[in-house]
Amino acid sequence: MKGLLDQQFEHGGVIITKVDDLLNWSRLSSLFPMTFGLACCAIEFMSTGSTVYDMDRFGMVPRASPRQSDVMIVSGTVTFKMADRIKQLYEQMSEPRYVISMGSCSNCGGPYWQHGYHVVKGVDRIIPVDVYVPGCPPRPEALLGGILKLHEKIRNESRMKPAAIEQLIEKESHV
Amino acid sequence: MKQQQYLYKEDNLIDSEPNKFRESELKSEEMIINLGPQHPSTHGVLRLEVLSDGEIIKEVVPHIGYLHRCFEKHAESLPYNQTIPFVDRMDYVAAMNSEHAYAMGVEKMLGISEQIPKRVEYIRVLVAEMNRIASHLIAVGTYGLDLGSFTPFFWIMRDREHILRLLEWASGARMLYNYIWIGGLFYDLPVGFEQRCREFITYFRPKVAELETILIDNKIFINRTANVGVLPLNLAINSGITGPMLRASGLRFDLRRVDGYSVYPELEFEIPIGEGKMGKVGDCWDRTWVRVKEIYESLKIMEQCLAKLEGEHKRTREFDPQALVPKKIRPKAQELYMRAENPKGELGYFFRADGKSDVPFRCKARACSFVNLSILPDLSRGVLIADLIAILGSIDIVLGEVDR
Amino acid sequence: MSDKKEELIALIRQASDEVTEIANSTPFGVNIKTESLLSVCELLYKNPAAYFDMLSCITGIDNGVEAGTMEVIYHLYSIPLNQSIALKVILPRDNPEVESVSSIWKSANWLEREVCDMFGINFKNHPDLRRILMPADWKGYPLRKDYKHEEYYRNIKIEY
Repeated sequence: MKGLLDQQFEHGGVIITKVDDLLNWSRLSSLFPMTFGLACCAIEFMSTGSTVYDMDRFGMVPRASPRQSDVMIVSGTVTFKMADRIKQLYEQMSEPRYVISMGSCSNCGGPYWQHGYHVVKGVDRIIPVDVYVPGCPPRPEALLGGILKLHEKIRNESRMKPAAIEQLIEKESHV
Repeated sequence: MKQQQYLYKEDNLIDSEPNKFRESELKSEEMIINLGPQHPSTHGVLRLEVLSDGEIIKEVVPHIGYLHRCFEKHAESLPYNQTIPFVDRMDYVAAMNSEHAYAMGVEKMLGISEQIPKRVEYIRVLVAEMNRIASHLIAVGTYGLDLGSFTPFFWIMRDREHILRLLEWASGARMLYNYIWIGGLFYDLPVGFEQRCREFITYFRPKVAELETILIDNKIFINRTANVGVLPLNLAINSGITGPMLRASGLRFDLRRVDGYSVYPELEFEIPIGEGKMGKVGDCWDRTWVRVKEIYESLKIMEQCLAKLEGEHKRTREFDPQALVPKKIRPKAQELYMRAENPKGELGYFFRADGKSDVPFRCKARACSFVNLSILPDLSRGVLIADLIAILGSIDIVLGEVDR
Repeated sequence: MSDKKEELIALIRQASDEVTEIANSTPFGVNIKTESLLSVCELLYKNPAAYFDMLSCITGIDNGVEAGTMEVIYHLYSIPLNQSIALKVILPRDNPEVESVSSIWKSANWLEREVCDMFGINFKNHPDLRRILMPADWKGYPLRKDYKHEEYYRNIKIEY
């Protein structure tokens, strides 16, 4: 029984594909997350990385430095003291970069929304977020579901300029 | 499009958390190293500012507050029973113990501590000890990860999954349970729980022995942790250190025996203390060794609880764990300080009730990790930077408790 | 049990006048005068009849704008004699100041910093009094009863 890759290569080792698909596939197969655990969700993130709910089978290996990572999984409550540092870390990541907001504290402030004077009500007030994973804390399977959703998003990316949006922006700026 | 956008400026960092050491005042051989809030270890958002002379540390200043979630403000605005999920989230690796201490405190204020059914008490102790094992596993496993050994980390995560699945079967959630309510429990234990628990104990005992062999008796681990960060007993008591850190310095002090709350007086268990087997009494190796020995003791306590829960206090059809949960919790005007033995130390709650409303006038959480962390500058003068990581790991802090 | 309380009160009376017992307090507690706090603490720390070697907790309480007082409560515990006591000090609300006990117990260092951060109570002779949990440029003392947070901090909205 040949391996998966060998089964694909039937025509003498030649694959024909689009540059978009190839680049997207290579990006989503090895997303390196930055170790950015803030609070309780970080323990579930560690569980996702360990042997039972393996994250390594998706090619994700936690990297400590933001310069070497692709995705920042904000797991835990974001406070005002930490807000500046999150922005600095986001700026230090190199493109293409993605952000997954894990848990309800970073989605919308979580259980601390009412009287939390030091809690930022959602990390999307500081940095742009790609995927929101709900839960308090989300199960490791939920986080893996969020990662698969990010894979879908990456699969739809394209190197060509989006012509319709460019025309729309031109129209808006003239009006 | 939002009009107000967050503008990032470099000066913001210095304004919100100024450094203690200034570059202009340094001597020529000194340097300031910032182990910032984001770092590869698993402790959470703790910032250490280190003034060092080459590799040898002159002074360490911890900066905390990056996870301050205003627990005390929430406790002053919500009724007593609605604060239980917030209590969970303070020490998130040992949530059952925090809930247990809080529920006991409020029950003492209401005066219903004697009327709680014995079955409820035994279930509370059972889940609290399971969570104590989970917390110590994380402490030991992530300590190994800090020092560079990956295998024990994966082993403890695998074993901890069994505990988490058992607790999920009982309470509905993996980590933050909201299970121990004031006056009882949320649900009774499911049918077949005791059998699965016994299977877990027989599976797990040899695994702890394996963990000891690979990590605690490992020559590299001993070289890195023996005689490092020795904590003298006088300094420990004066600084308010409690828990395994105090026991590793030689004092047999455990609040489960001293205060004798819940059903602990009826259970038999030993209290391990540090004996200085591999180095001085009270070094990092002793602290980790005390934690591993406490895992064995918790397994003993679990077995005794299971025997009681299958024997004298069997489940019956009429048993309702929510029978004594009061509809309105309005204690008389008083002040109370309740303390309990968290896996990390003494967790205390101070309540002031004014007798007029079902919201506490003041609720303060005396967090063990907060007081335990304050000793880090004293322990790490004149050590190498690698030893600082070893000392920090052996203190076993959880930032949710430090910052509340 | 009550004779132990009487002994302790008699002992504290040596260092401070106006010692009254707090009603309905667990563990047993006393009110003392603000100026005599340091001498009472030294007495309780050194006297062999009341060997309070561990300071467990320092709590700050704000009684509100109408009452006009703030309180600081010290919980002490003696390991050899297995007894606890609570000392309460009542301060005026406009300029609350009290002596720091960090020269006797090292655990008071961070505990007092936290009370100062949350309530604005000044501890005299503290080695390093600065904000510990809130950012250094935060305005206001959060746990006071009349605390209202600002609209924006660093242009991020604080409300939900």
